[in-house]
Amino acid sequence: MLARIKEFLGMETKPTEEIGAEEEVEKVAEEKPKPRIGYIHLSGCTGDGMSLTENYDILAELLTNMVDIVYGQTLVDLWEMPEMDIALVEGSCCLQDEHSLHELKEVREKAGLVVAFGSCAATGCFTRYSRGGQQAQPAHESFVPIADLVKVDLAIPGCPPSPEIIAKTVVAAINGDMDYLQPMMDLVGYTEACGCDLQLKVVNQALCIGCGTCAMSCQTRALSMTNGRPELNEDRCIKCGICYTQCPRSWWPEERIKQDLGL
Amino acid sequence: MVLGTYKEIVSARSTDKQIQNIAQDGGIVSALLSFALDEKIIEGAVVAGPGDDFWKPKPMVAMSSDEILAAAGTKYTFSPNVWMLKEAVRQYGLEKVGTVAIPCQTMGIRKTQSYPFGVRFLADKIKLVVGIYCMENFPFESLRTFISEKMGVSPELVEKMDIGKGKFWVYTQDDVLSIPLKETHGYEQNGCNVCLDYVAELADVSTGSVGSPDGWSTVITRTDAGDTVFKQAVEAGAIETKSIEDVKPGLGLLQKLSGDKKTKNQKTIDERKAMGLPVPF
Repeated sequence: MLARIKEFLGMETKPTEEIGAEEEVEKVAEEKPKPRIGYIHLSGCTGDGMSLTENYDILAELLTNMVDIVYGQTLVDLWEMPEMDIALVEGSCCLQDEHSLHELKEVREKAGLVVAFGSCAATGCFTRYSRGGQQAQPAHESFVPIADLVKVDLAIPGCPPSPEIIAKTVVAAINGDMDYLQPMMDLVGYTEACGCDLQLKVVNQALCIGCGTCAMSCQTRALSMTNGRPELNEDRCIKCGICYTQCPRSWWPEERIKQDLGL
Repeated sequence: MVLGTYKEIVSARSTDKQIQNIAQDGGIVSALLSFALDEKIIEGAVVAGPGDDFWKPKPMVAMSSDEILAAAGTKYTFSPNVWMLKEAVRQYGLEKVGTVAIPCQTMGIRKTQSYPFGVRFLADKIKLVVGIYCMENFPFESLRTFISEKMGVSPELVEKMDIGKGKFWVYTQDDVLSIPLKETHGYEQNGCNVCLDYVAELADVSTGSVGSPDGWSTVITRTDAGDTVFKQAVEAGAIETKSIEDVKPGLGLLQKLSGDKKTKNQKTIDERKAMGLPVPF
């Protein structure tokens, strides 16, 4: 089962690395109790949760055999938040909404791993533009990424994150594959994201090579390439942080890439 | 390893006379992408097609061999091919995409495949990455300086450009002009100075001129997918090969240049680190 999912995700380790080792991983995964996963919905749009379900081919297996979804307003009929191994928190947190603040603190207490799930939770994303003054809660104006309020263990930016990265992250968490998760741990600190990061942290730092990966990954087409450099349409940027996250000159997972390619 | 992980290295060229006539070297990129298209290994390919200005390429999705051939020949300035991969998958609806990429573009593609944070249902559709060797790249205005200012030629008269034997060469219908590479220094893109990859170490198949005689390319097969498609193309007669041992200047020069690039740029990386500047490697 695990092998099938790993194959689907292209996560297979080097084929030369003996079948014995792979069987071992599978055995361990089967013997381990299934991780209890919760889905917490703060100021988000449910798009990240939808993206999770778009793992069509493996979703049934993932949900049935690999994890227990124990909590989640759109998924489980349960009012009291239970203990969880992994909590996927979608949405940023409104500072004027007592209930959201309370829920976020409760997640931190009840979950082993708190994951900023999607760019709203990770960077604030387009809720960064919130400024109140609307009915029926004109005072609800301040929205922050969840790492501003509680300790976050992993961040999965994306608006939404791709179905593949969600599945890969969950499988890596189940297997305790900390090497794969390391970039997600590092991204926890990346809360003030903007398309202008490409200019500040890549072009200004003499690192841009004009490959176009940023413009390709932008989810709102706010970026184009002009004379080999990213050009940002600030009015379209939703501050999700994907462009800088995918840039090959921001961080570089060399070992993992070579392993994935069998090189 | 100075040439990255690989399965095989050979000297090769396209057997197609039309490709031989227009290709930069052995026509391997054109031949391989066309072959993959004919065999339905890919449904289209992102290539550095002709742009609005002479010698300023524009990434495009090629859906036929003719469009692939229209992109033949090296342009020594930016063509952000990775950008167009999304276009290929979303607008063109391609399920199997091929592309040509210089080492840094290969890195952008591979990173999105291992960590597809926001790149939904795209990474797994990239089926063939043909990498080309790259020592450095130039902004378009640098290129214009070499051609118009230093050599006094109008860009539209230029038929081919080449870097080799210590010189930057320009071919027109009547003339062969050159400037010493030393005169191009300081005009290269700055981001190239921290690059440690000369031979597209993460491509499925890498190719370039160094190591093989004129009109031939040195081909490095790396991944299973790359090795398979290259061997199929050879078997089908689209590409002919020679043992790299039997050609001049051979592997030694390729290893030397790759090693030189790594040594020089590692020094830049170390200097940057000493200054507290960020470096991803």
